[in-house]
Amino acid sequence: MTQVRLRKKNKWSWRSRSFRGLIYQALALGLIGLVIWFLVYNTMANMRVRGIQSGFDFLLQTAGFDIGESLFPFDSAEPYWRAFLVGLANTLRVAIAGIVIATIIGTLVGLGRFSRNALVRGLCISYVESFRNIPILLQLLMWYLILTELLPGISEAWQAGPFFLSKGGVNFPIPIWAAGHAWTAIGVAAGVALAWLYRQWAIRKFEETGVSGSLLWLPLAIVLFMGLAGWLLGGAPTQMNRPFRGDFSIEQGGALTPEFLAVLFGLSIYTAAFVAEVVRAGIQSVPRGQGEAASALGLSRKLEMRLVMLPQALRVIIPPLTNQYLNLTKNSSLAVAIGYPDVVSIANTAINQTGRAVECISIVMLVYLTLSLATSLLMNWYNARAAIKER
Amino acid sequence: MTAQTFQRIPPRPAPVKTGGAIAWIRANLFGGRTTTLSTLAIGAILLWYLPQFFNWAVFEAVWLPDADACHAAGVGACWGVVAEKYRIIIFGRYPFGEQWRPLVATLLMLALLIASCTRMFWRPSLAVLWIAVLSVFFWLMYGNAFGLTKVETDRWGGLPLTILLSSLSIVMAFPLAVLVALGRRSELPAIRSFCTIYVELIRGVPLISVLFMASFMFPLFMPPGLSIDVLVRVLLGITLFAAAYLAEVIRGGLQAIPKSQVEAAATLGLSYWQTQRKIVLPQALAIVVPGIINSFISTFKDTSLVTVVSLYELTGALSLALNSDADWRPYKIEGYLFIALIYFVFCFSMSRYSRWIEKQVNKGNQR
Repeated sequence: MTQVRLRKKNKWSWRSRSFRGLIYQALALGLIGLVIWFLVYNTMANMRVRGIQSGFDFLLQTAGFDIGESLFPFDSAEPYWRAFLVGLANTLRVAIAGIVIATIIGTLVGLGRFSRNALVRGLCISYVESFRNIPILLQLLMWYLILTELLPGISEAWQAGPFFLSKGGVNFPIPIWAAGHAWTAIGVAAGVALAWLYRQWAIRKFEETGVSGSLLWLPLAIVLFMGLAGWLLGGAPTQMNRPFRGDFSIEQGGALTPEFLAVLFGLSIYTAAFVAEVVRAGIQSVPRGQGEAASALGLSRKLEMRLVMLPQALRVIIPPLTNQYLNLTKNSSLAVAIGYPDVVSIANTAINQTGRAVECISIVMLVYLTLSLATSLLMNWYNARAAIKER
Repeated sequence: MTAQTFQRIPPRPAPVKTGGAIAWIRANLFGGRTTTLSTLAIGAILLWYLPQFFNWAVFEAVWLPDADACHAAGVGACWGVVAEKYRIIIFGRYPFGEQWRPLVATLLMLALLIASCTRMFWRPSLAVLWIAVLSVFFWLMYGNAFGLTKVETDRWGGLPLTILLSSLSIVMAFPLAVLVALGRRSELPAIRSFCTIYVELIRGVPLISVLFMASFMFPLFMPPGLSIDVLVRVLLGITLFAAAYLAEVIRGGLQAIPKSQVEAAATLGLSYWQTQRKIVLPQALAIVVPGIINSFISTFKDTSLVTVVSLYELTGALSLALNSDADWRPYKIEGYLFIALIYFVFCFSMSRYSRWIEKQVNKGNQR
């Protein structure tokens, strides 16, 4: 009979798995620490040698440069932190508008690939393949070129009613603020509340009796009607700030610069191609039988899409869609290449003026990290809502 | 028994044809009322615009490098700009007389990339081939040995730079990405959290900020007196960036491997690295080959951003060629279309290849 002799387990021996793990981690941390120390030490030494100042105190200094467009008034006498704020607002403005447009175009194109019409299918496929395979920077540059070189000059601007289109961008009328507009806003708010109440009631009624009311058009009509009522109650203000041809430029009214339009078009059209693929993959992930069952129940193709296919596809669609939104936001940083004053562009100017490269790049990274985190949190919340409700 | 008279049933009409071109057109273009209407509407728009487009792009276009012909009224696209400037667009600021070198180097790299895509070459000696071709590439581009004159890296540009940056960064990113992907699934908390922070940090910021870092901050990081070439710095930046995305792709493959595989390996007495090298990675990497190619495509497109930090790859070289030349400047859009076509050909063929390889990988599962 062989005797099995069990050796006593030693916690602090090389044979112990957890001990080895501890050693590896200590080594890895030490190595990382060493690298960081090396980088920081060099940076400090270099800054001393080159006489570079460091610190975020420059944010309080006068910026000294003008910004082409901003959501709120800014002039060159204001401090750097205001300039960064303007850049952030510009980034957000173009990113949010881009996300909305990319979602609309992308969904339409993605659905179009399931069309019964071969022409529609072909157009959607060529849209996706051509815009997906050309770098976004090149597309931005092309849009900018088209908007600033191929459109007519400001003095020969195309005019359609009160709208102008020229090398100077798009000019459009905006309503002049009057007390009556407050009433309109109150009316719309009341309409939204009413529509929400109606929707709740209609859903409850549907669940009890199976009779479905209008869930889209009627609430929309309620909101519009209440808005109209508020507007009439406020005295129906109709005064608009209309743009007109001045001597050197189109004056008054609202305006969108060619830089903004180029970034917006480029980003939304490029991202829409990816969104279309996401939507297509999502719909294809729904088993065929679901669509066939919907047809067997006599649902029209539109209802089949809306009631059966899309709710199931949405679960697959949302996580990659979040990624596309994040990509769009990050790609908006390329606006620097065509001179749209987004946060990267402001940081670039600030680096050139103050030499605080480390600080400015950290600000940019922090901004994008925060935006990424916020977007993923928002989409995770929506995803949790759209996920399967297990019984 | 009464005799039944034989009655012939009249023949049924032939069924509607379901194959062939006419049947396809009937089903796909004129299937129903809406389909027919939209076909007519889209067809009318296409019939109106396509001839105009072809007139502009082909029939009325100027193909010769003749600026006066382009300036004449009533002509279409001026492809003469490409005919005139293609050497600067494709090779950037590389010395004009030496441009056969980047040409040969690029062709070699392309041949290497195509070989890497072919099944016949999928063997360990491919790595040797890569090293050999890369050394020849650098010798041809940089020179300064074996009878070639030296060409500084800041003169490199155009298509060779695009191909060099994208393929070298993805090749260097790959081992790093494998390590980070393994690290993110490690049982050691310090290593796991470090890898997670790295991936999430890089994925949360745009490439352009990484490039700014490589160009503005990197010189500060190095010991005083040591200056590193801007090409190398940018290459490192793109590599670190691509590695984070690639690591996520590879992690997806690792997650698809059943736990029983690792347990079986442990039963056989394999160590951690043996398990990963012999059991897990071969299976995981095979699954994610299409994902890796997609990363390569995005890296290829992303290299266009280095123009922002003054490296003249394809996009930058075009501005270089046209911005200073008043004669040809108005035809920049044709130049853009030309390099868009180059990018498209590369990216589209790679995505087709990725589809093909996806089918190859799935073949084993379709028994």
